[in-house]
Amino acid sequence: MTTQTTSKAAAAIDRARDAGRAALIGYLPAGFPDVQTTIDAALAMANNGVDLIEIGIPYSDPVMDGQVIQDATVQALKNGFTVERIFDIVEGITSQTDAAVLVMTYWNPVMQLGVREFARRLHEAGGAGLITPDLIPDEAGAWIAASDEFGLDRIFLVAPSTSPERMERTVKASRGFVYAVSIMGITGARTAVSSAARAVVDAAHGAGAERACVGLGVSTAAQVKEIAAYADGVIVGTALVAALRDGGVEALSELTKDLSSGTGKS
Amino acid sequence: MTDSPQAANASTGVTTDTADAFLDPTASLRHAPGPYFGEYGGRWMPESLIAALDELTDTFDKAKADPEFTAQVAELNRTYAGRPSLLTEAKRFAEYAGGVRIFLKREDLNHTGSHKINNVLGQALLAKRMGKTRVIAETGAGQHGVASATAAALMGLECVVYMGAEDCRRQALNVARMELLGATVIPVTSGSQTLKDAINEALRDWVANVDTTHYLLGTAAGAHPFPSMVRFFHEVIGEEAREQMLAETGKLPDAVCACIGGGSNAIGMFHGFLDDPGVALYGFEAGGEGVETGRHAATITLGRPGVLHGARSYLMQDDDGQTIESHSISAGLDYPGVGPEHAYLADIGRVSYEPITDAEAMDAFRVLCRSEGIIPAIETAHALAGAIKVGQRLAAEGGDPSEKIVLINLSGRGDKDVATAAEYFDLLPDDSAEAEIGKDGEQL
Repeated sequence: MTTQTTSKAAAAIDRARDAGRAALIGYLPAGFPDVQTTIDAALAMANNGVDLIEIGIPYSDPVMDGQVIQDATVQALKNGFTVERIFDIVEGITSQTDAAVLVMTYWNPVMQLGVREFARRLHEAGGAGLITPDLIPDEAGAWIAASDEFGLDRIFLVAPSTSPERMERTVKASRGFVYAVSIMGITGARTAVSSAARAVVDAAHGAGAERACVGLGVSTAAQVKEIAAYADGVIVGTALVAALRDGGVEALSELTKDLSSGTGKS
Repeated sequence: MTDSPQAANASTGVTTDTADAFLDPTASLRHAPGPYFGEYGGRWMPESLIAALDELTDTFDKAKADPEFTAQVAELNRTYAGRPSLLTEAKRFAEYAGGVRIFLKREDLNHTGSHKINNVLGQALLAKRMGKTRVIAETGAGQHGVASATAAALMGLECVVYMGAEDCRRQALNVARMELLGATVIPVTSGSQTLKDAINEALRDWVANVDTTHYLLGTAAGAHPFPSMVRFFHEVIGEEAREQMLAETGKLPDAVCACIGGGSNAIGMFHGFLDDPGVALYGFEAGGEGVETGRHAATITLGRPGVLHGARSYLMQDDDGQTIESHSISAGLDYPGVGPEHAYLADIGRVSYEPITDAEAMDAFRVLCRSEGIIPAIETAHALAGAIKVGQRLAAEGGDPSEKIVLINLSGRGDKDVATAAEYFDLLPDDSAEAEIGKDGEQL
């Protein structure tokens, strides 16, 4: 992993580490239910213990997402979300908080806007970088060049099925942190954290990753605590989306506060 | 990332080696190995599935080179699928196509009624080789689902078929067919509830069950190795047809026509003729209600490059890169993407791709029924309608039209489409049960 002081994601994780905790990373889909709510909700997460905010671009064919996030992104698209608005959202958040803001996106929307243009505008909006669930380093030449040019983080995924050779390549290609997929599956709350998660994090660290964060299936403070013991960050998505859906920004704030109570390393 | 030429050029999706090969006009277009076809193809897939794609690639590469495997495929083709399929000259149909000679490659006579069986038998054998006990498949009209269920029953594999909820309702009898064959059909209610969403759902299943499960993708699209692998199992169509044409007419055809959804029947047929520059190749896409209406599935004609379901190819999408729903009277062509090798063959001009409207396809459907006693699949009717145009163009060039030859891949039979066609041609009494079914788009 390239360590650059310019990595906003790395800086956010390191701040948490210096405070003796794992970083908490919270996901919300852009434009669910509308653009202003996304900004308000993200700020609420930041004020209640989230270190990195992950904003997903709603996409017509989200193969890595379970029902809750699918439903939210379908709703966002129905409510008129367009990719253009992601930059307004990122700017709206970064202008009001120090928390790092990453954009999670399937690749086709980036390709259609133009990889370099997307990177330029994300940088301009104050964004930290991209999490790319369906882009592997093998296909990422244009993104690697653009993210280098604009100093953006590249968060690639690694999985329980990732071979040692691929682990090494992916860790090398990443900047900020590597996203350790906890389980062979899609997003969605699960009752237990797979034991595979720790093995993936260990493999990532072994391959030289300075920061590895665990996502998929994490929904409770107890699970956050379990993962915080060995990972550099914990990513929560579905549970936060469901809280926002069912109880608005208030419920989202409550859940965020609760989750952040689990990030302590001791 | 820069330790191989392939990685270094990943931004363009073109490997140095293959790019050079493609620039050489004398280089063979046959047996293109992937992962890239020019700037198309690749693996735009979640990392979680890369290990499975690697395992599949490795198993396929070894199997291809293993005489035992190729003998197994050949034996199944001969004793189970009914290969070689016939070549039939369509003399009365030819009168509608400017009087050129027309030949039909009869994939409709294969077991399960279409070319789909070629691919499912091959992939099911590979699943067994990998020690997988379960196959999953997507289906639109139900043809690939039925073929997958058939191969799974034959080889003792568990089979789960994902099918859009709307398609399940319209194709209740095909759902029953799959269930009779022992498969479980899962209606997909996410997204637009069509074929592309069935593929999304199958991919989600695959991510979660990849240890036991092979994804038996039904067309020559998706992430590497699917496009070149599915083509490999369909190459038999073009190989047989080329030999049969030479035996019957002593020469190669002037033109070869096939319909294109994802493009598996077409790529199998075209492959036999890719290196014959004198043979013009035509792929006919679903023009739906007309390409000017926006309600169509003419991906190459009107789409632009993007990534969907693991491959970079032409794609029907809006300005934001969101996939647009396609429309066609033929469920089998109703897909907003197309296989990456077709995208490449379109760009280099080796194959011409043209849209055929629902109305043109249905006219050709009726013509073949009445002139040859063959009820084609509505998918195939697009190739027939295109062939009529091609034949008329060839005839207009002058000379004796009977010296010109057009070969059509008759990719499937139309039994499944009888209710749709009966409704379309208004053949059903209003009070018949079939009319009720037909109104809902049911296909018997």
